[in-house]
Amino acid sequence: MDASDWHLIVVPVLLPLVTAAFMLLVGDARRTLNGWLNVASTAASLVVAVALMARVHLQGTSAVGVYLPANWQVPFGIVLVADRLSALMLVLTAVIATSSVLFAVARWHRAGVYFHPLFQLQLMGVNGAFLTGDLFNLFVFFEVMLAASYGLLLHGSGRRRVHAGLHYLAVNLLASSLFLIGVAMMYGITGTLNMADMARKIPTIPDLDRNLLHAGAAILAIAFLIKAAVWPLNFWLAPAYRAAAAPVGALFAILTKVGVYAVLRLWTLLLSTEAGESALFGADALVWGGFATVTFATLGLLASLEVRRLAAYSIILSSGTLLAVVGFGQPPLIGAALYYLLGSTLAASALFLVGDLIERARTGAAAEAPIRVEDADRLPFYLERMDLGEDTNLDDDARALIGRAIPAAMAFLGLSFMLCALLIAGLPPLSGFLAKFAMLSLVLDGAAAPVSSEGWTLLFLLLASGLTAMIAMSRAGVRSFWTPSERPAPRLRAIECIPIAALLVACVGLAVLADSVLAYANAAADGVLRPRPYIESVMSATPVPASGTRPAQGVTR
Amino acid sequence: MELILAGTIGILTACGVWLVLRPRTFEVAMGLSLLAYAVNLFIFSIGSLSIAQEPIIAPGRPADLLHYTDPMPQALVLTAIVISFATTALFLVLLLVSRGLSDTDHVDGEEER
Repeated sequence: MDASDWHLIVVPVLLPLVTAAFMLLVGDARRTLNGWLNVASTAASLVVAVALMARVHLQGTSAVGVYLPANWQVPFGIVLVADRLSALMLVLTAVIATSSVLFAVARWHRAGVYFHPLFQLQLMGVNGAFLTGDLFNLFVFFEVMLAASYGLLLHGSGRRRVHAGLHYLAVNLLASSLFLIGVAMMYGITGTLNMADMARKIPTIPDLDRNLLHAGAAILAIAFLIKAAVWPLNFWLAPAYRAAAAPVGALFAILTKVGVYAVLRLWTLLLSTEAGESALFGADALVWGGFATVTFATLGLLASLEVRRLAAYSIILSSGTLLAVVGFGQPPLIGAALYYLLGSTLAASALFLVGDLIERARTGAAAEAPIRVEDADRLPFYLERMDLGEDTNLDDDARALIGRAIPAAMAFLGLSFMLCALLIAGLPPLSGFLAKFAMLSLVLDGAAAPVSSEGWTLLFLLLASGLTAMIAMSRAGVRSFWTPSERPAPRLRAIECIPIAALLVACVGLAVLADSVLAYANAAADGVLRPRPYIESVMSATPVPASGTRPAQGVTR
Repeated sequence: MELILAGTIGILTACGVWLVLRPRTFEVAMGLSLLAYAVNLFIFSIGSLSIAQEPIIAPGRPADLLHYTDPMPQALVLTAIVISFATTALFLVLLLVSRGLSDTDHVDGEEER
């Protein structure tokens, strides 16, 4: 396949880089200009991502686009690969980024310096991680992403953010060390860093190296699982995401999905069913790790009262469910999981934004002020705290309710919160329900094989987590909307409502177009689990011949 | 040589892990840098351990790994050094900010009660 006409693949990496550099030239003082540059750039990256997805999808059965950024022969140079899964993740990233940045332009970007360049660099790292086909390049893009996320997490400063950031930084530095050890071991065994080439060589490695390979793969997986917030490596997530500024938290919803993506991509590519003795090594660890994560997230949801803390635990819930389902290793099931990934990520992202507005509505303009910890985390929720005044009616006396118009802002917030709750708990009619239904019906399809104990556990955990999520969300909703507050109704700006509405409309769209989205997700899952076309496309990519170019030289082992 | 290198990496890692688990931010920073050194040495050793071998192809010598050292780990280690250096510097900044905000160098920002 000719790699020359796939220049579109490199755009999602280059566009944020160039934009960030340009923003630094413009200077941080002109923040509004930078803000609109950021909006324009992320909107453009959304267009590019959709175009890339359409092109990859319409290409036919192999559906893999390969681009050689340095124009070197494949195993020696870096390679960018876009298949259906990468393209889907790019579109999801762009949707979330566009809404976060619109929300940030309203007020949050004034809370600290260099918000917009960091935001663009974060996008560059995430997009690059989704596109790269080279293991060490994946490390570099991970580091770009993490370095930007350290800065974004600290955006707005304050004691709580600094402490959460310190823990986040330490944990991720350790994860990076593990990542490097894993990469080095994989290179030492296979002699290549190209993921497709590595997948080709793994079935042929000598038996003596097999255990070393498994150790390397496990260390690499732990690095990704820390990022994907699997229990017990996820205690850093909830405090950090809770402390982050709202648009940053909304963007961070995609970061755990990068970890899930890396696990899915490398596990299915390197340890695929064709990998001989190493086939599907570690599937049990993924399944049971995912189950433990779901349990942890369920308990965390029950223990939290704040909306943004709920959002953080819903992210953990989503990645736990994904890892468990991925561990089953069946194409239609992973297709349903990808569909679940879309809906749950969008909902968690929207919930961060809604939570910020609710918090502001309840506490006034204190969103930028340090958060009062003692007020935020009190447990349990006492009736006395509802501050029963004279005009409140918890009894049947409807007098005070009649004629009291619900302010439009509160109605919007309440409705958005309700939709988020439906999505996260997985109740009909939105995409959360469809995704859970699809996953469970595939797991419980007893026609092919009897339902395993893992299948029953998944059924129980999905239903239990949905129920507890609903309880936790209702409690937070009652606390946020139905308790009397002496504050007047909040004044929302359109620019803050549009991103939330857009995210929720996207979720509704997922439910309306469920058939075609699921079909696409199934095709993506199929491409991931049957990696032969992927490997062949990457290995057969040829550099563009140009005048004065020497043929690539390399030392093979 | 293998024994010395393996021992060095092992000691560095052990010290690093111990320091990272300490409750003081500066010890954690030191532990993270020691771990970074250990990882860098590990990457360096993964290609092939050889003395007085060049990684760059010279005319007149056959181009295989018997006559050269593997250049790839050296390139990787360069990138890894830069990245770990930068993130450790960021960690030091955060350490100082945390010290300034909470007046303690405990990793949780408050002394254990």
